[in-house]
Amino acid sequence: MTTAAMTRRRAATGGWEVALLALNVATVIAMAALVWASLLYAKPAINLSGDEQTAQRIFYLHMGCNIGALAGFIVSLTGSIVYLLTRDLDWDRATQAGIEVGTIFGLGTIVTGIFWAKPTWNTYWTWDPRLTTATITVLLYIAYLLFRNGIDNRQTRARFGSIYALFAFLSLPLTYYSARWFRSIHPVVFSGDNPEAQGGFALGATMTQTLFIAAIAFSLLFSSLMIMRWRILRLEDRAAELREEIE
Amino acid sequence: MTLTAPSHNPPLSGPQTDLQPASMRTEGGWRAYLRKVAAIAAKDLRAEARAKENLSAMIAFSVLAVVVFGLAFDLRVPRADMVAPGVLWVVLLFAGVLGLNRVFGAEVDRGSLSALLLAPVDRSAIYFGKVIAQMAFMLAMEAFVVPIVLVIFDVNLFSPWILAGLLLGTLGYVSVGTLFAALTASTRARETMLPILLLPVMVPIFVAGVGLTANILDGREFTEFGRWFLILAVYDLVFITIAFLIFDLIWEDA
Repeated sequence: MTTAAMTRRRAATGGWEVALLALNVATVIAMAALVWASLLYAKPAINLSGDEQTAQRIFYLHMGCNIGALAGFIVSLTGSIVYLLTRDLDWDRATQAGIEVGTIFGLGTIVTGIFWAKPTWNTYWTWDPRLTTATITVLLYIAYLLFRNGIDNRQTRARFGSIYALFAFLSLPLTYYSARWFRSIHPVVFSGDNPEAQGGFALGATMTQTLFIAAIAFSLLFSSLMIMRWRILRLEDRAAELREEIE
Repeated sequence: MTLTAPSHNPPLSGPQTDLQPASMRTEGGWRAYLRKVAAIAAKDLRAEARAKENLSAMIAFSVLAVVVFGLAFDLRVPRADMVAPGVLWVVLLFAGVLGLNRVFGAEVDRGSLSALLLAPVDRSAIYFGKVIAQMAFMLAMEAFVVPIVLVIFDVNLFSPWILAGLLLGTLGYVSVGTLFAALTASTRARETMLPILLLPVMVPIFVAGVGLTANILDGREFTEFGRWFLILAVYDLVFITIAFLIFDLIWEDA
């Protein structure tokens, strides 16, 4: 890179870049705080013992990943609907970024769940409705990403992707209820006045604080990943446009 | 009448101002609409009756699949009715993909897709015509699969409730499958893409179908298995409505 280009690059570092940098730094600090809090600060669960007691700590990551996945898929639903209404490619990029980030977090949710389930349920896998729905969601969105790659025209890719994302999201409630009527053993942790709810109100102070840190840290992580991915997709589209102009 | 205009005369550039594609697509009310749907469906059924390539492949594959499952489960499964519901619905899902790939794939291969899209009908009429034709293929295939399951697994699926569940499940499967077939028809690697897109969206149909069939084979009452019909009916209603609304968007630039 020439000196002139580097100067221009530095000059372009505006307020948004500084804000994004600050967000990224905050994310790193919050995730470090979460690692400390979930492993050391939070007191062990008194009603559990042995492996189960250790495995319980993975819940802080499990819940955090779940927040990220849910946020990503809600962004994707919003993005696909708004794209189909306005045809603004920024919303399609938001859909794609939301699905990519959400899929990573969804995989994180499933993997942490698998590690927790072996000592607690004595099995890695079960067809519990939440597990089924989470897995099907991840598969749906992996299919979405594969499908997008097979379409060359930029507008068609955005339109077909949005249509599929819409169908994918709408099938999830039915997937959940159909799997729920098969069977369920997943603990209902936070569920208002649900009589099946376990925990929640019985959490110790350090555990509640750690959960709070996890929620903040994963929200920050989701936001910074989402924004960076969205910017990269935007720059990629811009690069493709410029390449077409040259050719 | 506008419908008899010769095809080499482009309607938009000619002096005949009454040849407006928009009015040709919508005029005539719902009776004309139903006639257009029937015409599209009849076209596909006639093409299939002459070529006999689509349905024969679906039937051959589904019969083969039931036989292979029967062999695979023979040693380890004590009672065949434990796996028969799963086998039935897996075979229908997989064999259905073979047919769905040809719904628009055949039009693309023959180069007749643009002609079909030029037809003076609403795009949703094309969709419903294709759904009806595909429903006919699927039901014809099921008419082979159900007796084969009876022979191979000795499980009798000829109960009115199971057949009603098959009808509702097939309708949901075909209505979403036809829309996805339209999405994948003009993309690269459409034959491999369609099942990857379709199967995760089909989970409610699959689970409800298996649950329903298993409950009826176990001799449960309607109060117990009625909820599976609820899932199937809601699925059909929601997705047919959305497909009807959204189908116009697929070829808007074609």
